[in-house]
Amino acid sequence: MELKGRHLIEPSDLTVEEMEGLFDEAERIVANPESYAEVCKGKLLATLFYEPSTRTRFSFEAAMLRLGGKVIGFSEPNSSAVAKGESIADTIRTVECYADIAVMRHPKEGSVLVASRQSDMPVINAGDGGHHHPTQTLTDLLTIRLEKGGFDGITVGLCGDLKFGRTVHSLIQALTRYTGVRFIMISPQELSVPEYVREKIRKSGMEFEETHDLRQSLPKLDVLYMTRVQRERFFNEEDYIRLKDRYILDAGKLKDAKPDLMVLHPLPRVNEIAVDVDSDPRAHYFRQAKNGMYVRMALLMALLGVKGE
Amino acid sequence: MEVKSIANGVVIDHVRAGFGMKVLEYLNVDTGSDTVALLMNVASRKHGRKDIIKLENVESVDLNVLGLVDHNATVIHIRDSKVVEKVKLSFPTKVKNVITCKNPRCVTSIEAVPHVFHLADDEGRYRCEYCDNIVKADEN
Repeated sequence: MELKGRHLIEPSDLTVEEMEGLFDEAERIVANPESYAEVCKGKLLATLFYEPSTRTRFSFEAAMLRLGGKVIGFSEPNSSAVAKGESIADTIRTVECYADIAVMRHPKEGSVLVASRQSDMPVINAGDGGHHHPTQTLTDLLTIRLEKGGFDGITVGLCGDLKFGRTVHSLIQALTRYTGVRFIMISPQELSVPEYVREKIRKSGMEFEETHDLRQSLPKLDVLYMTRVQRERFFNEEDYIRLKDRYILDAGKLKDAKPDLMVLHPLPRVNEIAVDVDSDPRAHYFRQAKNGMYVRMALLMALLGVKGE
Repeated sequence: MEVKSIANGVVIDHVRAGFGMKVLEYLNVDTGSDTVALLMNVASRKHGRKDIIKLENVESVDLNVLGLVDHNATVIHIRDSKVVEKVKLSFPTKVKNVITCKNPRCVTSIEAVPHVFHLADDEGRYRCEYCDNIVKADEN
């Protein structure tokens, strides 16, 4: 696995073997975090967040600090030259002068690809609009792998905002490269998956169905991936209000689900998972957030070409 | 109506009826200096109706652009009043700055980058390189 110097813009930038290699490294870090405490000493991560973030930014920063590296960056574009109208291309060229690796979130789709083309320094996509979020996918897959041992033959339900849900698009893209995964996509018509995602599943030859009914789908699922309807993706507040509480998973609905179902959510949640689900052993979303830090540690090491102890 | 043959130039035949103006527009032909004939709704045994474009003293046209706008058209090169080459078109695999991405969330709406699209299927649908938005070539 040679990932040194490469960018990560969408999951297909990594082969299945490379992803599995990252999961193996993440599991070694979980087992023995102390031995990784200084492997990135002298390395600098730049975090360029043009959109708000809690988990992704903190987990990248925590990942770099736990590897012994340092972090610079902005989490509010108004406090940087971006507020003066600087282009993405110029910003990344400047950051490259200071940092060894950058992670970027931006509201426009394709923005991180544009940045990566101007940079010899590895650039990681931490979410480009409603398009992709590959490191959330690494987090999701590691969480499933730790619990189920693998992905072949599983039935995955994706529920909520499948149109603008970048984590959904990336997760589907990654899972289509395994064997026999079945997708059940649960959403209102207005928030169904974009055509390019549907096309991706068709080309993989995997089965999928689209439905509006969460309750009927639940008993068939091995994994349920809930998502938030994102206010920031709507141009029209009325549409957001009409659609935001369409699906709410609660303890009552979970009675019909398999005993080994995994409920995942990229977080933050609003109302789509009731708090009475949190104590159910099938709720994995907070463990998922912790796994995100470990897999990002493995990713930073790989892109920087740093080996474990 | 009679339009005389050209001695040297390019004839674009079998253009979908009503699309002749659009093809001319995309080809960016200099109508200020070249002799250009656009025949619309010409009777055709094969297609019922078709448009024909004649470009006198023009040596070549952008086949990529033409394939995108009307991949069923035929390009005929004329030299000394003789047909020297007939080119059947197909959808180009990649086009740059021909289709514009209409997705308001795409980075092309804020950054000075070329609009690049890749052929997504046999039906002439194209995918934006940046945001993956899919468009039908002749609907752009």
